[in-house]
Amino acid sequence: MAGWTVGKKVLATALGMGATGGAGLYVALDESVKADLTLHPPKLPWSHKGPIDSFDHASIRRGYQVYKQVCAACHSLKYIPYRHFVDVFMTEDEAKEEAAEIMVRDGPNDIGEMFDRPGKLTDYLPMPFPNSAAAAYANNGAVPPDLSLMVLARHGGEDYLYHLLNGYCDPPEGVELGEGQHFNPYFPGGAIGMAPPLYTDIIEYEDGTPATQSQLAKDVITFLSWTAMPEHDERKKFGMKAMLVLIPFTALCYYKKRQYWSLLKSGKYVYNPKKY
Amino acid sequence: MYKASRFSPLASVIRHTVITLPTPVNISTWWNFGSLLGVCLATQIFSGLVLSLHFTAHTDLSFYVVIQSFGDVYYNWWFRALHANGASFFFIGLYLHIARGMYYSSYVFKEVWSVGVVILLLVMASAFLGYVLPWGQMSFWGATVITSLFSALPIIGSDVVIWLWGGFSVDNATLTRFFGIHFLLPFTVAGLAGLHLFFLHDQGSSNPLGVSSDFNKVVFHHYYVLKDLVGVCFFVGPLLGLVYFYPWLLGDPENFIEGNPLVTPHHIQPEWYFLFAYAILRAVPNKLGGVVALAAAVLILFYMPFSPKTSIKGLSFYPWGKVLFFSLIGVFILLTWAGSKPVEEPYVVVSQVLSFLYFFYFLLIGPLTRIQDKLL
Repeated sequence: MAGWTVGKKVLATALGMGATGGAGLYVALDESVKADLTLHPPKLPWSHKGPIDSFDHASIRRGYQVYKQVCAACHSLKYIPYRHFVDVFMTEDEAKEEAAEIMVRDGPNDIGEMFDRPGKLTDYLPMPFPNSAAAAYANNGAVPPDLSLMVLARHGGEDYLYHLLNGYCDPPEGVELGEGQHFNPYFPGGAIGMAPPLYTDIIEYEDGTPATQSQLAKDVITFLSWTAMPEHDERKKFGMKAMLVLIPFTALCYYKKRQYWSLLKSGKYVYNPKKY
Repeated sequence: MYKASRFSPLASVIRHTVITLPTPVNISTWWNFGSLLGVCLATQIFSGLVLSLHFTAHTDLSFYVVIQSFGDVYYNWWFRALHANGASFFFIGLYLHIARGMYYSSYVFKEVWSVGVVILLLVMASAFLGYVLPWGQMSFWGATVITSLFSALPIIGSDVVIWLWGGFSVDNATLTRFFGIHFLLPFTVAGLAGLHLFFLHDQGSSNPLGVSSDFNKVVFHHYYVLKDLVGVCFFVGPLLGLVYFYPWLLGDPENFIEGNPLVTPHHIQPEWYFLFAYAILRAVPNKLGGVVALAAAVLILFYMPFSPKTSIKGLSFYPWGKVLFFSLIGVFILLTWAGSKPVEEPYVVVSQVLSFLYFFYFLLIGPLTRIQDKLL
């Protein structure tokens, strides 16, 4: 190899890369045609997905309405207090009014009794069932999971959830479903305990947006993205500021480094053999 | 600083370490990773300390406290993302630093190399313990899988596992002790890093040519202070890019589900930096054999200082040695990929072949370079 010409080395490198690429292509093609029982969700152009895109807060507000009127019957949001709504998609007064709609067990009072009171900003969204056993009993043995972190807790995130909500269809030939189960190709295994939860005009949006099935799904998932990542907008805003400082600082450091090193880098060694 | 160092021992140490330290003029960017790892360690200790202020190590509370802190503790999301992604960058730096050491035969500095391998082991332990703390599904099941490996030890195995767990399964006792040890280990690593530098500065850094550089050294400041600063900027840039824009890109979604001993995840796998060792562990069909192979995959680095010495230090002038080295890099990357796959065909056979090739490098590199020495 030491005696190879440049052309030979280039040819050997190209052959090596070609062989590696060919092997990789073969494996990828082979894998792609193998039977996979779960349908992978295609990517969607979510409005908050880009590095400098914030949440659509109007969509979060509509999504909360979908959650409250459709999902909250079975799914909890146990990590979300009402005070988090303030200045995100509700004013403080609206959030207080929202919290006051629920009754919360509190106490003990001065005479040692527990009592029910209207909710406050500091309270968390109510649980639909007192415990997981009650949730399973009411849902054919399947416990509806908490949705606070669902966007982060599933491969595919928003894309998976959107396609799950909209992807219900009849089971293919030969697929047997248990009683109370439904077929969804996006759900691992195909058999899901949840019935299709959304359909057009299941609710009426307070802002007048047409409540089509895809709109409902998009809004509730934007809301769930916010519950999973409440720091999202602030994080990206900080990121932009950080890059505005870091990039020029890096360029400056690089310049100064090259400047200090220029004397050494431009040095030469010269061998002057002794003349006898 | 120059005047003060005449009187203050601390200032004198700092001066001799980072200001007037004679450093070879020709060390390349691969020599930046030492300082970068120091920056990573400092970052992890700082962010970890802040996170520990709001953390509760209890099975009923850990997951809740970590999630709640996102919304309730100012900028805790930043510290958590920095700590999680900082761990990944720590391992990127570690693997590149070790690769530099293997390529340029830095292991001839036996003490430096040995302390370095101990640091690697402690950092790996610390990363494993830290991943358990949020008590997600992958935290719990990863802890269960890895601690259960100790049951493969003959005679004492099952007792060791119960002792490690602090009970009959991974539970609260395990979590609390993991938190304590995870808090302690980085300070031990910091001390060892100081020892690592001490041994290094006894002899001075090597250089890419592999020859003595005693006749051509420059002072560390400003040359390498600035070069290391540029390295830090190029390293921290992508780290902050991940923290701010894609904080969970390298993470596992399963860890956003609270740990449940009654529900096993479909694919239990560690973070990406342990996947190569995970692939080697699963490649051996025997439990004890797998554990031995897992340990050997890292401990084999202790063998490097005792491998046959070559006429020229490093692989720069050994073409077939270079081919073998870069093949090892490819094998390492492929092992990482294989570790993320389920234990099914063809991944089982692929993992076994790659594991063999991984160990084959260490067996072959010495004889291969000796053959070239004899031929020339």
